[in-house]
Amino acid sequence: MAEDVKKGALGLPSDTPRERFFNGLLAENPTLVLMLGMCPTLAVTTSATNGLTMGLATTVVLALSNLMISLLRKVIPDTVRIPAFIVVIASFVTLVQLILQAYLPALNDALGVYIPLIVVNCIIFGRAEAYASKHGAIPALFDGLGMGLGFTCAITVIGFFREFIGAGTAFGVQLLGEGTVIPGPVGEFFAMYKPISIFIMQSGAFFVLAFLIAGMNRIKRRQAEKGRDVSAFRDTEDTDSLVEAPASAEGGENA
Amino acid sequence: MSEENAKMRRVSSNPHVRSAVTTSNIMFWVTVSLLPAAGFGIYRFGINALIILLLSVASTVGTEFLYEKLMKKPVTIGDFSAVVTGLLLGMNLPSTVIWYIPVLGGIFAIFIVKMLFGGLGQNFMNPALGARCFLLISFPAAMTNFPLDAVSSATPLAALKNGEPVNVLNMVTGNISGTIGETSMICIVIGACILILLGIIDLKIPGSYIVSFALFVVIVQLIRGNGFNSAYLSAQLAGGGLMLGAFFMATDYVTSPITASGKILYGIFLGIMTGIFRMFGTAAEGVSYAIILGNLLVPLIEKITLPRAFGIPKPVREKHGKEADKA
Repeated sequence: MAEDVKKGALGLPSDTPRERFFNGLLAENPTLVLMLGMCPTLAVTTSATNGLTMGLATTVVLALSNLMISLLRKVIPDTVRIPAFIVVIASFVTLVQLILQAYLPALNDALGVYIPLIVVNCIIFGRAEAYASKHGAIPALFDGLGMGLGFTCAITVIGFFREFIGAGTAFGVQLLGEGTVIPGPVGEFFAMYKPISIFIMQSGAFFVLAFLIAGMNRIKRRQAEKGRDVSAFRDTEDTDSLVEAPASAEGGENA
Repeated sequence: MSEENAKMRRVSSNPHVRSAVTTSNIMFWVTVSLLPAAGFGIYRFGINALIILLLSVASTVGTEFLYEKLMKKPVTIGDFSAVVTGLLLGMNLPSTVIWYIPVLGGIFAIFIVKMLFGGLGQNFMNPALGARCFLLISFPAAMTNFPLDAVSSATPLAALKNGEPVNVLNMVTGNISGTIGETSMICIVIGACILILLGIIDLKIPGSYIVSFALFVVIVQLIRGNGFNSAYLSAQLAGGGLMLGAFFMATDYVTSPITASGKILYGIFLGIMTGIFRMFGTAAEGVSYAIILGNLLVPLIEKITLPRAFGIPKPVREKHGKEADKA
């Protein structure tokens, strides 16, 4: 790893804004690759709208706190960096929550306690600790944007599938099941659909998440088979798991 | 590379015992022993029950076949295990459910619970029960609509929970409402006798399950000040899916412990959990949830009941733990 420090995600030059952005969006997607921030991922994705709002709120906090922490990285003493990060992150979360309360009160109610809990979201902490506190302001800002949008995409997709299968709606519009907005015989056919309500419950989130991660792993393996630079997907767990248990690698193949 | 590996895997370690006991053989006899109860269900609930049983078997076998074809793996539908899963799933459904419920359940049982975890022998949970619980959570109304003589009515367990009297003799013969395969205690016990006589299952799991459940019910009734009531106890034993679960689903080879003491421990756990679900839960029935919870504990039960080889000193716990962490 030490030799190819200069090349970052997807073969782009390391620590440029563009590389940071796509690193967060794809190569090190916080939800599907790093598996961070599982708490909001599983809890608030009961609908696509909830996922999108939660994702965007987190993105704003993540990008701004990354920027701020990067700017302050030489001022903050190493021994008290965690409390300092919390103060920065909490300020931005308070800002976001006040804005949501003022302009989107219904969504704020739907997301409930998970908005204040962004303060302890491990994606934000992880990026502050692992990236922003060690790199310049511009790459840190784009790192936060990429990670945040990667998170947003993942949980919006999870929310979309859960909502679609579990309630027959997409972004609140009834497509399947009774009361469908689609007219004509196609609509009558779609109206026969009975929502599978387990997908709205917590267990449904695990099903959808597992399939998305399986899909992501498949894409990664395809890329590796094509002979692309595998290290582009900097999966730190990879080498460990190969040594540890060949059986689990096989399980991944099946999935 | 992968082909060589596939060939390598089929060589088991010695001693190489030749035996007529094969997976397909065992699963065939399990299927046969389920037929009395399934046949009674068809007699009791009519043609609808037959259609549901056929749909769920077709769905499980079809899913296994399609998955293995698409994944380019050897097709294993000849081992009858998918048939057993389908039959058990169908027997766990009310006869009034609409056609897509057994089909969805079969797909869930085989694709999600069995195949994604590596196929027969790798699944951590009984596929038929996993699918039943999936359906029960997804379609609660349809899954608890039990007919009796074409009129939907409460199951004896639900009646018992509401303090209404039940006819225990009807519960033993199966003249009650319930899922397709669970109503007749006599037919289930006939099937169970076939399995026990053939040596396919032994009484450790069902025995400890039923006895510990009965003890639990008696103790709770005594504590509640209701006294010992033999009619209540026999209704609890004959009602619902207890017999079907104890003999056919808790004894599933893949998802039950292999050690002798582990089997008894597992049975006791199931008995107590079923008792808790039935006596303290909001629903009248809890056998399927108890068994899938037990399934999850099987690796732990096997770990603590692992027999020690003769002459080998007891392993030191801490050292063992550390090594496991490193590996």
